[in-house]
Amino acid sequence: MSSSTPASVSPEPRHRALGRLARSRLALVGLAIVGLTALVGLVAPLVVTADPVAMDFTALLKGPSRAHPLGTDQFGRDVLARLVWGARLSVGIGALSVALALAVGVPIGALSGYAGGAVDNVLMRCMDALLAFPALLLALGLVAIMGPGSTSTTLAIGIVYTPGVARLTRGVVLAERPQEYVQAAHALGQRDRWVLARHIMPNCVSALLVQASVNFANAMVIEAGLSFLGIGTPPPTPSWGLMLNEARAFMTSAAHVAVAPGVAISLAVLGWNLLGDGLRDALDPRLTE
Amino acid sequence: MTAGVATYMGARLLGAIPMLFLMSLVVFAIVYLIPGDPVDAMLGQDAEQSAREALRRELGLDQPLWRQYVSWLGRVGQGDLGRSLRAQQPVRDLIVEKLPATLLLTTSAALVALLIAFPAGIVAAVKRNTVVDLLAMVGALLGVSIPSFWSGIMLILVFALTLGWLPALGYVRLTSDPVAALRHLILPALTLGSVMAGSVTRQVRAQLLQELGRDYVRTARSKGLRERSVVVRHALRNSLIPAVTVLGVQFSVLIGGAVITEQIFAWPGIGQLAVNAIVNRDYPVLQGVILTVALLVTLVNLAVDTLYVVLDPRLRLS
Repeated sequence: MSSSTPASVSPEPRHRALGRLARSRLALVGLAIVGLTALVGLVAPLVVTADPVAMDFTALLKGPSRAHPLGTDQFGRDVLARLVWGARLSVGIGALSVALALAVGVPIGALSGYAGGAVDNVLMRCMDALLAFPALLLALGLVAIMGPGSTSTTLAIGIVYTPGVARLTRGVVLAERPQEYVQAAHALGQRDRWVLARHIMPNCVSALLVQASVNFANAMVIEAGLSFLGIGTPPPTPSWGLMLNEARAFMTSAAHVAVAPGVAISLAVLGWNLLGDGLRDALDPRLTE
Repeated sequence: MTAGVATYMGARLLGAIPMLFLMSLVVFAIVYLIPGDPVDAMLGQDAEQSAREALRRELGLDQPLWRQYVSWLGRVGQGDLGRSLRAQQPVRDLIVEKLPATLLLTTSAALVALLIAFPAGIVAAVKRNTVVDLLAMVGALLGVSIPSFWSGIMLILVFALTLGWLPALGYVRLTSDPVAALRHLILPALTLGSVMAGSVTRQVRAQLLQELGRDYVRTARSKGLRERSVVVRHALRNSLIPAVTVLGVQFSVLIGGAVITEQIFAWPGIGQLAVNAIVNRDYPVLQGVILTVALLVTLVNLAVDTLYVVLDPRLRLS
């Protein structure tokens, strides 16, 4: 038996899954939206030249024009520039918090599922205790502890999604542990850590990919929600949630200021949800021939 | 209540004890993990020494950490959640005053969501792969994807500020003026309910499709039963049982979402209380709200799980 390739995952199902993903039009639309948001966020300074925090008191709450394609806000700041830089913040916090949840949740779940017994009990009760708190409220509490800012928002969202990742990983590890290929690896004298990392964990990838895409969408909503409440990213940093909060006071006179960030958040979240649905359909083993 | 259900509930209650203990640790940590001196965080560094010492004693910060936790837990067990630093009132009184508004908002939102989601989910499943199905699913996906803080703002812009049909902000008690109360409730309930509606529509459709593919449905059809009867009397009843479990998860989502909805509509519930507590550094209030919500979520989940066992005889027997 080769120890370099996972025993239960052949390349063929992967190719079939990719084929299914490529055939799903909605998933491709999702992928395009996600890719575009990430790209805009990555190359923000190349997309817009206007300074997102530069104020112009001669152009307050102006509608769309050639100089300001999406108009200006109550401080005369360019809405498009703030939107593009907001994408960088939103995607950045989403990616880092999802990565944090995976980095902490996967080892906890794997250890819990593989060790079983008291270790499993203690770890899972801790995860259940965190899951009992509504995500936004727990994030609020954690940001209150750490203080407002992008770093604390990222950490808070990462912590909020860690228990879900741990539970999911544990579930897959528990299901795989009694399989014959795992017993065979043990019979060959392979160490527990090796069996877990090289044989069992590759089977978690599909489920974790789907979970990560859903978490990404929710992380963006929580980041924007915390900023909307005035607890997340502090002004004047451009954040979509903060832009929406500030726009509330000028809704009747300058609706464009509220429409642009709202459409941006909704589209980005829709993209991740579509991609998540597509991944679920493509990777669901029940659909595999 | 049968013996099986009682045993199940007993086991679940026992299992909840360690979780409640861990939850209490998390909530306790909210005040005691604040970097630096919590007294500085609450009163500011310019506060007088006597006020600082008084607060330090009031919070029990002069005691060892374990003793602080035990005494805090003891007080919480007796329903004493401490005093608000800003309102100078017991936190319990503040929560009792604000909780009815939040519960009215969340239950109304759940009702709105179920009234939209069940018909939409059922029609989408029955008319699978038609335009109706596509429209229902696109609607559900938009419901899940559009954050409540934007849909709420847009609803205010259209129905309150532009058309003038409904009030934009505020809360009126049902007992003082039921008509005004309902008018104030419509927009917040729609805002909060739309996310749950999207999620439950998808769930109902998926469950019903799964049931419609089972052998007993084929048998019912081959007996010559009308399609309406097959769907409503057979498949739908069975698909509703797993859908019940969604309610527990959704309650947690709703009460979390209420924090934002209350802020948009100036709705004086415990979500707004929590946000104001953070802004004012009133940590005993924040602690009290988070603990109350976590307890409510745990109780609702316990009730939903028990209902699941009551509804599904197979689980009772096992």
